[in-house]
Amino acid sequence: MVPLSYYLLLSGFLFACGVVGFLIKRNIITIFMSIELMLNGVNLSFVAFAAHWHALAGQVFVFFVMVVAAAEAAVGLAIIIAVYRTRETLNVDQVNLLKL
Amino acid sequence: MSFHLILFLAFGGICVFGAINLLVHRHPINSALSLIAVMAALAGEYLLLGAEFVAAVQIIVYAGAIMVLFVFVIMLLNAGEEEETKGSRIAIVFGVPGILMGSVLGTWLVLRHSGTEAVPIGALPGHPTDIAQLLFHDFLLPFEVTSVLILIAIMGAVVLASKPESSAGEAD
Repeated sequence: MVPLSYYLLLSGFLFACGVVGFLIKRNIITIFMSIELMLNGVNLSFVAFAAHWHALAGQVFVFFVMVVAAAEAAVGLAIIIAVYRTRETLNVDQVNLLKL
Repeated sequence: MSFHLILFLAFGGICVFGAINLLVHRHPINSALSLIAVMAALAGEYLLLGAEFVAAVQIIVYAGAIMVLFVFVIMLLNAGEEEETKGSRIAIVFGVPGILMGSVLGTWLVLRHSGTEAVPIGALPGHPTDIAQLLFHDFLLPFEVTSVLILIAIMGAVVLASKPESSAGEAD
């Protein structure tokens, strides 16, 4: 069997990649994808702990995280479309005013 | 090295490579495709951990539905810098058959020398029946609340993405 720590290392790496992408990327869609990457890293540690402790509730939590991520993706992409329609850009450096 | 560890390293390598690829590419469509690779490889990791149901949902919901939404929006908004990429003809001709041949050969070699057998569905602890018992019995209230969340998300997405002129016209 693969030790639990290997899965946690992979999960932490994915989460760190998501954080770095969130910070260094300038395209709003890529920033959004980095958030999805962070959620995936968390899901992996949920499933790893569920397998380690033989507790199936962890897998149900992953299911709920996926549902929330799907809802978040739908609303977030709608917001991105609305931002693009008013600003004509996807660069977050140019989206710095609340008013139009 | 056990068969389990080899598979973990293979899928983990795809995950790491895809995550780094997401960071280094400047065009969002490349990042989206590497994210799909990460999610598909994560489904493999879930299968290794015995979570069949989560692996199936990962492929269907994440790699399928959510990423299609992302790719759709990227195409719709024509996002990213215009980059001229010359696709290599050798890669097109030999790429897909080469990957197929390589993966089939690798699988055959690994399966032949590992001495493992295929695991029948249901032998692992993450059986869909147990998940259903948890989901529809122990976690019934959160499950019902997520349906309300999804309803709100649908309405929010429609309101946000609809054109302001047309919605104002309908209101009048």
